Amino acid sequence: MENKTIDTQELQVKLTAKDFSSGQDVRWCPGCGDYSILAQVQRTFPDIGIKKENIVWVSGIGCSSRFPYYMDTFGFHGIHGRAPAIAGGLKSAHPELSVWVATGDGDLMSIGGNHFIHTCRKNMDLKILMFNNRIYGLTKGQYSPTSEKGKVTKSTPFGSVDYPFNPVSLALGAEATFVARSLDRDPKHMQEMIRKAAAHKGTAFIEIFQNCNIFNDGAFELLTNKETKPEYVLQLEHGKPLIFGVHRDKGIKLDGFELKVININEGDNSINDVLVHDEEDSNPIRAFMLAHMTDNPDLPTPVGVFRRKLKPTYDEGVWNQISHFQAKKGKGTLKDLLYSGNTWEVK
Amino acid sequence: MAEIKEKEIQSLSEVTVRFAGDSGDGMQLTGSQFSDTTAIVGNDLATLPDYPAEIRAPAGTLYGVSGFQLHFSSSDIHTPGDNPDVLVAMNPAALKINLKDLRPGAMIIVNTDSFDPKNLKIAHYDTNPLEDDSLSGFEVIEIPITTLTTNALEGSPLSIKEVTRSKNFFALGLMYWLFNRPIEPTIEWIQTKFKNSPDIADANLKVLKAGYYYGDATQLFSARYIVKPAALPKGTYKNISGNEASALGVLAASLKSGLDLFLGTYPITPASDILHYLSRYKNYGVVTFQAEDEIAGMASAIGAAYGGALAISTTSGPGLALKTEATGLAVMTELPVVIINVQRGGPSTGLPTKTEQADLMQSLYGRNGESPVVVLAASTPSDCFYMAFEACQIALKYMTPVILLTDGYIANGSEPWKLPEENDLPEIKVNFRTEKEGFYPYERDKNLSRPWAVPGTKGLEHRIGGLEKEDVTGNVSYDPENHHRMVTLRAEKVQKVQQDVPDLQINGDPEGDLLVIGWGGTYGAITEAVNRSRKAGMKVSQIHIKHLNPLPANLGKIIKSFKQVLVPELNMGQLAYILRSEYLIDVIKLSKVKGLPFKSVEVQNKIAEILGGNNGK
Repeated sequence: MENKTIDTQELQVKLTAKDFSSGQDVRWCPGCGDYSILAQVQRTFPDIGIKKENIVWVSGIGCSSRFPYYMDTFGFHGIHGRAPAIAGGLKSAHPELSVWVATGDGDLMSIGGNHFIHTCRKNMDLKILMFNNRIYGLTKGQYSPTSEKGKVTKSTPFGSVDYPFNPVSLALGAEATFVARSLDRDPKHMQEMIRKAAAHKGTAFIEIFQNCNIFNDGAFELLTNKETKPEYVLQLEHGKPLIFGVHRDKGIKLDGFELKVININEGDNSINDVLVHDEEDSNPIRAFMLAHMTDNPDLPTPVGVFRRKLKPTYDEGVWNQISHFQAKKGKGTLKDLLYSGNTWEVK
Repeated sequence: MAEIKEKEIQSLSEVTVRFAGDSGDGMQLTGSQFSDTTAIVGNDLATLPDYPAEIRAPAGTLYGVSGFQLHFSSSDIHTPGDNPDVLVAMNPAALKINLKDLRPGAMIIVNTDSFDPKNLKIAHYDTNPLEDDSLSGFEVIEIPITTLTTNALEGSPLSIKEVTRSKNFFALGLMYWLFNRPIEPTIEWIQTKFKNSPDIADANLKVLKAGYYYGDATQLFSARYIVKPAALPKGTYKNISGNEASALGVLAASLKSGLDLFLGTYPITPASDILHYLSRYKNYGVVTFQAEDEIAGMASAIGAAYGGALAISTTSGPGLALKTEATGLAVMTELPVVIINVQRGGPSTGLPTKTEQADLMQSLYGRNGESPVVVLAASTPSDCFYMAFEACQIALKYMTPVILLTDGYIANGSEPWKLPEENDLPEIKVNFRTEKEGFYPYERDKNLSRPWAVPGTKGLEHRIGGLEKEDVTGNVSYDPENHHRMVTLRAEKVQKVQQDVPDLQINGDPEGDLLVIGWGGTYGAITEAVNRSRKAGMKVSQIHIKHLNPLPANLGKIIKSFKQVLVPELNMGQLAYILRSEYLIDVIKLSKVKGLPFKSVEVQNKIAEILGGNNGK
């Protein structure tokens, strides 16, 4: 009986970040960007309006995939690349759960690539946080499918010859209904993205640029250093013009099919020439253009929500069919099951 | 009604019929309609569909021949028959491929229209077999089936191509007449199946009847035949294929356990029909998840099982290989998942539409590390129902993955099944852990099973995964002693299932000269062979293993009561290998890997060879 009283009290007490810590020793390398991601998730989760026991973290293999062990929610540490498939089965069978995937660029873009695109295609109601450090960390430093071409690593001593994936573009191409990007060194921004992903119904994909200080240190230095960040990072905000720069005087202009940087105070240019971000744009073309800014050294790197779109999720579709037929035919019984169809009697 | 001239009716105790034609000729449909009707009139029956992997192989080719064999009888039978008594050959290729299997003197009904120079050439006939004496040992009935079909449909709005496509119904109608079966069940079937295409329905009905009446009108047949109903036990029956039975079995387990059924799968021959059947049962709350690949099929089932569903994954050999790693994850996380592997010819893509039993080793050992799972095998089409049900019972009771082996032969073959009463099936008790106090994810009960604490249960938030677990707490552990203990515990748990494995029943005397040990879909052929050998006075007995891991407790004792052991298998001797290592005995192998089931005579000859008889002759 004592336990029951405590439970009731717990219900009334607002949870804090600490309530989402499993208390396990966190075993990432000191200085790893993963610590920040864990902290932002733990900080936001008390406010996302979901009961702790209904939250499940599913992961694959890699540094990122140790994440579930540190969260005091239900957690499932899967096998390499398969987290979206495990999570998809869980969510489809149990739609009442809030299912989150912690994964990395190797786990999701390489071995799990197939599961990722089909999860997006089906609009599986999963929240996927991909920690992108552009390197294989747990296997000690091979290039990953998001490493830049020419990357010198243990497995590519003379530079990689293949081209990287652009994860945001891939997610958009696979029709993910919520696509965002954030930075490990921008806690506030990351919290905002996590909250938005939690509120979204459908596949929510957040690429988080995360520094691996052991094998790929400084990969995102320009984007996170206080000095350079304003010039190199473009904050995407719904309904607002795409402005950046230390003096907030640079804007992104849509010139035909090209995105260009303009100075809004120079010549004929003004703030009115700057593209206004519409994350709900029904046409994905502008979102793709924003995604590909990352590949262009002359353009800043966008962070924020690239695209957000509402359409029925996979589990809704599945369970709507089930309810429809249960309402129409009644719930099936064993007798109906066995004794329907072409039967005959032997007397 | 055409005028019916009475013909002599001869009574037969059993008949084996094979329908054969191009893969586009509708032979599977013809065969299954004939089977359903034959079941309804009360015969015992067994079927063997045998078709190429190509959906529409080039017309007239030898490799494009599709066949459907049916053995029906007035008494209890176990196999689709060794040698057909009647062959319906829709073209020269079908004749050529099947001729060697016929019993001497068999009846061959040929569609003469297709025996033109072009088709003869494609079938590699130098001369027309209908015109030389190559068929002299058979009773050949020549019928221009295509012409008669076209005549029957004169004035039909259908195209010539559509008209000729109906010719299989002519053959079906004719066979109904010949064997005195009612055509009404097929009429009903056509009316339902083609209710949205009235012209096609009308054409098929006309041609079916034309075939039936042709039998009466023609002088080609000297007699009609009747096969009296078999004396089957009282009850309600249904003609069932193994795949349908597997689907019903897991669904019955879902209803008896109160758990929603989740099927995570990827289409693969010959297992896809289980998905097709289950996807219809929406009102039973079944979620059928057609995943992006085999791996995701298994991984999604693991996710669903973690959440508390009755989770199934279905596949065939190459798919089981892809599920290997995920199956290991289910072993490590100790979650109940049932994998139904409908075996086909391997290795690699192998023979997708042909049967084989060569995945036993893969099922038992095909994972990294010490990774034991329960392995079961169904023996007949209807047995798939009970074994699928039992696989679910075991998975849920012991929190373990279970692999159920069936094969292409019993999956596609069918037989009459006496339906169980609702109360014949036991309730399946499932206890989700809800008590927070003293909860440890890897604490074990007396069966060594761990608690099933599903997401959504307040206070039981915990983490599991593929890393080695600390005993009891389930925390990640690299401790050497702990790993050794956990490997041992997982093995002991699977071994514990033996307490629920029924003792083997011996067909024959409890001791003797020879024990024939089979497993899986060879049951029918072995049973028939052993029964016949015993009638001939041989001291041979039979046991059939349906639990491959763990093996039944009384197996060793039975083996020791016989002088010799014969293991017929549709592989190179996988069970034989296991029995040798498990019981340190010698085993005589009878291996067949031809993509086809055993003929009972093949087993019977081997028994005779071992026991020094007259070789079954």
